[in-house]
Amino acid sequence: MSLPGLSLLLQSIVSGILMGGVYSLTAIGLTLIFGVMRIINFAHGSFMMLGMFTTYWLFILLGFDPYLSLLISIPVLFVLGLLVERFLIAQVLNAPEHNQLLLTLGISLFIENLALFLWSPNFRTLDVSYLKKATMVGTVMISFPKVIAFLFAILLTGALSYFLKYTDLGKAIRASSEEKEGALTVGINLKRIYYVAFGIGTACVGAAGTLTATFFYVNPHVGGIFVITAFVVVVLGGMGNIIGALVGGIIIGLAESVAAAFMPGQLKQFVIYFIFILVLLFKPEGLFGRSREE
Amino acid sequence: MVLLEVRGLTKTFGGLTAVNDLSFELKKGEIMGIIGPNGAGKTTLFNLITGFYHPAAGSVFFKGESITGLHPHQICKRGLARTFQITQPFANLTVLENVKIGAYSRIPSSKEATQEALRILEAVGLQEKRNDLASALPIGHRKSLELAKALATGPEAILLDEVVAGLNSKEANGMIDHINRIQKQGITILLIEHVMKAIMALSDRIVVIHYGRKIAEGVPEEVSKDTKVIEAYLGEEYILAKNRRA
Amino acid sequence: MTKIIVTIAVGVFLLILPRFMGGYFLHLITMIFFFTYLGTAWNILGGYAGQFSFGHAAFFGVGAFTSTLLQIHLGVNPWIGMFLGGIVGLLLGLFIGSLTFRYGLRGPYFALAMLAVAEMLRLLAVEWMAVKYPLGITIPLKGDSLLAFQFTTKMPYYYITFAMMVISLYITRTIESRRMGSYFKAIRENENAADALGVNVFKYKLIAMAISAFLTATGGTFYAQYYLTIEEESSFGTSVSIEVLLGPIIGGAGTVFGPMVGAAILEFLSEGTRNFLGGYSGVHLMVYGAILVVVIIFLPNGILGGLQAAFRKLSKVW
Repeated sequence: MSLPGLSLLLQSIVSGILMGGVYSLTAIGLTLIFGVMRIINFAHGSFMMLGMFTTYWLFILLGFDPYLSLLISIPVLFVLGLLVERFLIAQVLNAPEHNQLLLTLGISLFIENLALFLWSPNFRTLDVSYLKKATMVGTVMISFPKVIAFLFAILLTGALSYFLKYTDLGKAIRASSEEKEGALTVGINLKRIYYVAFGIGTACVGAAGTLTATFFYVNPHVGGIFVITAFVVVVLGGMGNIIGALVGGIIIGLAESVAAAFMPGQLKQFVIYFIFILVLLFKPEGLFGRSREE
Repeated sequence: MVLLEVRGLTKTFGGLTAVNDLSFELKKGEIMGIIGPNGAGKTTLFNLITGFYHPAAGSVFFKGESITGLHPHQICKRGLARTFQITQPFANLTVLENVKIGAYSRIPSSKEATQEALRILEAVGLQEKRNDLASALPIGHRKSLELAKALATGPEAILLDEVVAGLNSKEANGMIDHINRIQKQGITILLIEHVMKAIMALSDRIVVIHYGRKIAEGVPEEVSKDTKVIEAYLGEEYILAKNRRA
Repeated sequence: MTKIIVTIAVGVFLLILPRFMGGYFLHLITMIFFFTYLGTAWNILGGYAGQFSFGHAAFFGVGAFTSTLLQIHLGVNPWIGMFLGGIVGLLLGLFIGSLTFRYGLRGPYFALAMLAVAEMLRLLAVEWMAVKYPLGITIPLKGDSLLAFQFTTKMPYYYITFAMMVISLYITRTIESRRMGSYFKAIRENENAADALGVNVFKYKLIAMAISAFLTATGGTFYAQYYLTIEEESSFGTSVSIEVLLGPIIGGAGTVFGPMVGAAILEFLSEGTRNFLGGYSGVHLMVYGAILVVVIIFLPNGILGGLQAAFRKLSKVW
């Protein structure tokens, strides 16, 4: 281990916060889904990967600007998520928890390897000139696409929070997650709420995929890399807590980035897993969750 | 001889005090009933006695030794068994396997544990259902299974949490008979019940709990006439109205 | 009685089979035996005690690395190394278990925690090997030697995995027929009820973990001796963790032969997809994923579990 200089540390912090925004983006959909349906969606990363590939192919085949492709990737992933919930996830909502996890594992295996079969394991990148821009602020380099992604994360957190708090559908979703019986009593169609909420969750992570594709490589296995980090963020922020996902993401991004300054190669990820286990053991409700009684 | 003693037991959840400085003694061989309005803290009391909750204050003594803070399985091994208000069967195991788990707490051999389990099933009338899955049982049989599991551990004292509630008339009478038979075998019983007829018929003594506190204790006759008890169940209005009419 | 005869008949059949098989089929069946072994090990903790681990690669890798490194650096005989690797795996399992079980991690949280542990070990292995063994660790060839646990033909490996499989099945059967098995199942079904009936839940979870970890780790040694090379991905990778649990889940968790049924189905599927879809590695995982989804929805207790339920319904009708 070597001690980094001040400017390197500063760079780590800035990059970490920006990347943290991206992690938050991937985690927001996951935490929403868990908050509403208590499902731990292992397939979350696969949906993100599909969002990335949607953007990639739209760019390669039709010359779509990546940011513009959000207009396609978001609805496509919404519909996909809706269908997956309606026909697959809905079947195991009353099954033991480990079966729910196994189902989503199966879905992720299928999607990830289908992508592998169709699109090969080659690494692809979006070759767009303005995406390669970066500005120097003092000694710190700030990458343009990462800033956009970060801003989008904040925007999405705000939009989702507003949606849940002030719109009818949002309130219905919140009611369903807090009090299933009560929601049924007031005539809320629980089945519909579930697939809509799930669709919103996958749409969010699809958007995360699009934005991540602007600076990260695209490849069928990419989902697997981000899904674990998403889980850590969700657990850290408190399952079901949108704001928690934003804060948790930034914390994880920072932790990873600063760790990378001190540790060789891949070990920065080690720190993330370590945090994950610590949180699971000692504060499983996360930073913003309610603690368990007894 | 005092078999079970509860001293100054207190339990809070957040801001709510579920059990408040509760004390009573359970004598060997007797059947004692615990009654009180809903939410009075009765099941919390059972959870405290059997080690599922840790008390904020107070202690529990069984056979003269402190069992406060012990794990449920340790307490069971000492001879104190319990049933759960919402039955907790091992859903995907057969009725026989369910009861066998209880028997295994004293009997390590599979063959002998099976014998004992069959004997208990015979006693509660479930022997015909022994190879059925526990999840397939109707409520009446589920309550009997709950009782059988606890009995299989060979307890000296057993805590019954609403074993009669939810049963029809015939089943309820059957359960009351079981409980009397258990007492005759020398097992001491502490029971929570809402079904008044059952608890009045079975109990040698009754403790009444309201908002986590003991408000009355005595033989069924006395307790049923105690104004504090009537007030707790029926409310102040009833007492006032009754007095006005008198 | 018929059960015993059938089992022995099948056993004898499997013992004679290699005389009539070429290397390809020997490899196939060996892999079935091997994954039955690993699946059975997982099943003790997952299917019987109900603690689903998504990170058994941690034990597998630890076993493979322990025996291989001891062999290469200290000349320790691989059979002894296998046992020692098993012990290391067991200790790791006890360590993880005493933390996760003590703090009440259950269900998906336990599964993910195990995944995290496996990944942490993989990352450590990646870093360590990048420096010392950038091309993986190879075991020096010693020709045909039972003592050195190496062979130039497939048949000896076949018999070794056959023996391992039989041992693991026997262990499962023994556990199931005694108090330990009943206690595992009680914990799986309802921890609180088990506790109230005198079951020391923490202790028995640790026992299940220890047995499962030990067996899985020894499997890692076999793998190392079969391929004579190990590296981080095939030892600690998530695909290992997943393939280990797919067999029991599909075949029937919590049954003795479930992992065997599952391993056989998955192996044939894997060969089938390789022949018809060819292409990139991992494509068979697509089929696995689809099968897993179908099984979870329609046969949540696996194939044998479903058969048991059907049997039960039929015997009621008679």
